[in-house]
Amino acid sequence: MPPLSARRLSLTLLLLAAVLVLTLGLCSSFGSSGYTLLDLLGAGPGGADGEPGGGAALAATMILRLRLPRLLMASIAGAALASTGAVFQAILRNPLADPYILGISGGAALGAFAATAAGLTALLPLLPVRAVAAFLGAALTVALIVALSSVRGRLASYPMLLVGVVTNTVYLAVILFIQTLVEMSRLRGLQLWMVGSIPTESYSTLAPLGALVLAGVAAMVLLGRDLNLMCAGEEAARSLGASVGRARIAAIILASLVTAAVVSVAGPIGFVGLIVPHAARLLFGPDHRLLVPASALCGAIFLSVADTAARTALAPTEIPVGVITALLGGPFFLWLYRSQRGSSYFE
Amino acid sequence: MSDASSEGRAARQAPPPVLAARGLSFTHCGAPAPLFEDLSLRIGSGEFLGVLGPNGSGKSTLLRLLCGILSPDRGEVLLGDRPLGDFRPRERARLVGIVLQEARVLFNFTVLEVVLMGRAPYLGIWGMERAADFAAAREALRIADLQGMEERHLHELSSGERQRAMIARALAQEPRVLLLDEPTAFLDLRHSLEIYEILDRLNRGHGLTVVAVSHDLNLAARHASRLVLLDRGRLAADGPPSAVLTPGTIRRVYETEADVTLDPATGAPHVIPRAPCRDSSPTAC
Repeated sequence: MPPLSARRLSLTLLLLAAVLVLTLGLCSSFGSSGYTLLDLLGAGPGGADGEPGGGAALAATMILRLRLPRLLMASIAGAALASTGAVFQAILRNPLADPYILGISGGAALGAFAATAAGLTALLPLLPVRAVAAFLGAALTVALIVALSSVRGRLASYPMLLVGVVTNTVYLAVILFIQTLVEMSRLRGLQLWMVGSIPTESYSTLAPLGALVLAGVAAMVLLGRDLNLMCAGEEAARSLGASVGRARIAAIILASLVTAAVVSVAGPIGFVGLIVPHAARLLFGPDHRLLVPASALCGAIFLSVADTAARTALAPTEIPVGVITALLGGPFFLWLYRSQRGSSYFE
Repeated sequence: MSDASSEGRAARQAPPPVLAARGLSFTHCGAPAPLFEDLSLRIGSGEFLGVLGPNGSGKSTLLRLLCGILSPDRGEVLLGDRPLGDFRPRERARLVGIVLQEARVLFNFTVLEVVLMGRAPYLGIWGMERAADFAAAREALRIADLQGMEERHLHELSSGERQRAMIARALAQEPRVLLLDEPTAFLDLRHSLEIYEILDRLNRGHGLTVVAVSHDLNLAARHASRLVLLDRGRLAADGPPSAVLTPGTIRRVYETEADVTLDPATGAPHVIPRAPCRDSSPTAC
C-alpha cells in the first residue's frame, strides 16, 4: 500500500461516506413491518397490508420516525466507539485497548445503574438523569485512570490497562451488588442497556450528540501524526518532535468525552472499538490521519448493519446489538491474532 | 585530561561544539543516588564520538539527555550556543536525530512509512508529506542501503535491515547530530560492520556529527575519532582511542584484565580481554 497522500485520504473517506449513505438507505428498508424506501417514495408495493402505493404515510412514519433515527443513533455510536478505539490503541501502544476494556464504558454503566437504583430517574423524570450519571461515571473513571497511571507527571501506558481491567471488575461487582439490593422493577430497561442496545432517539437528541461526536473525531484526526509517532514508542516519538504528554492527555480527554456521550445513551457496546480499527488498519493502512476518520465511518457502517440484524433476525424479538457485535467481533479478533502472530502487529 | 593547560589547548584545537553538556546532574526515578553529578562534555562539529562503559555506567541515559528525551535535574545541554530546553520539540528534532535500541513499530507500517516519520518535524498540523519529504526519505533509504524495500512491512525485515531502517528514519530528519544507542546490539559480525560502514560514510562523506554508544570496544576504536569512557556516571577517560583504551583504564573501569595491541590495518587499538578481576579492588587484579 502506498504511503498516505491527500488524494488517497479524500478518495477513501468519500468512498466510505458513500457506502455509509447506501448502508443507511438499505438498512432503513429492513424491518418487521415490511415497508421499504420505495414505499416512502410512493412507488413500492406497500407494507404488511399489501396496499399498493398507499403506504407512503405509514412508511414515512415507520422509516423516518422509527428506523432512521435508530440507524443514525447506531451510526453515531459506531463512529464514536471505533474512532476512540483506534486512538486508545495508539496512545497506549496496545492492540487490546478500547473504551470497553479500559473501564470507561463500565464507568458509564455504573453511573447509570446507580442513578436509576437510587430512584433519581423516577424523582426527576424530565431531566436526562441517566445520561448525566453515565457521563459522570465515565468521566470519573478517566480521572481515576489518569491519577493512578501517572508516573512523575507522565501517563504510563501499562498501568492504564491494569487500572482499566481492575476498575471494570469492581464496577461489575458493584452493579451486581446493586441488583441484589434493589427490586428488579426499578431497574427495568437497564438490563438491555447494560449489554448495549441502540435506542430510538428523537432528532433533537441525535443532533447535538452527532455534532459532539463529529467535533470529537475531527479533533482526534488532528492528533493523527503524533499518534503515528507513538506507535514507534514514546521515546522515539519524543525524539521525532512529538509533544507526547500533551498529545496523550488531549487524546484521552477527547476519546473519553466522545465515548461517555455515546455510552450514556446506547450502553456499553463491546467489540466495536476493538475490531473495527483493526479491520480498517488492514484495509487502509495504519496511518492515523486516515485510520481515525476511516474507523469512524467503518464503525458507523458496522453498527448500522449489526443493529439492523439485531432488530430483524428474530423479529419481533430483538437481540441486544452488543450480542451481535460480540459474536462477530470475537471470532474476527481471534482470526486476526492468529494471522498476525509472529509479526510486530501485536507486540 | 586532568591537566588544566593541556585541556585548554585541546579545547582551542577542537572543532566548535555542536552539542555540549554543562554540569549535568540526573537521578533516575526511584534511584537512591544520582547517576550523574556535575558531568560536562563537549562534542565538536563533525566528530565521530564513541561512548563506552560497563552496564549501568550511564551511556544510554547520557544519550537521552543529549537529545532532550530526558531533562537533567541540574545543568544544561547546549545545542550550538542555545540551551536544548529553549528549542521547540519539532525544531530540536530537525537538528538532533537518535537511533534507539527499540527497532520495532506497532502495527503494519511499511519501511517507507516508518522512514517518513522522520519528516514529522517538518510537517504542519494539517501537513501531508510533499515531494521534498519523499525525496529526503528515499535518500535516507539509499544511504542506509535499503533501496527496493520501501513497500515491505517493517516486521518482515531482518534485525540488521530493521536497524538500518531506524538509521534511515533518523537521517530523514536531516539532523546535524546523529546519536545512536548500541546500534549493533543483537547484530552479527557482518551486519555490525555494515552499520559502522554507513556511519563512517555519514561522518566522513557528509560531515555528520555521530555519537554512538557501544559495548564493542574494538568496533568503536576502529571507527570513532574520539572515545569517552563512562564509569558509574563519571567520565573515566576522554580522548583519542589509543589514549582511552589502555590496559589500565580497562582494568579500572571494566574490572577486566586485557591486552591492547594495534590493529595493523587501521592503527587503532585492539582490545583482547583476558580475564575478569577476581579481587574486589580492580587495581589488584
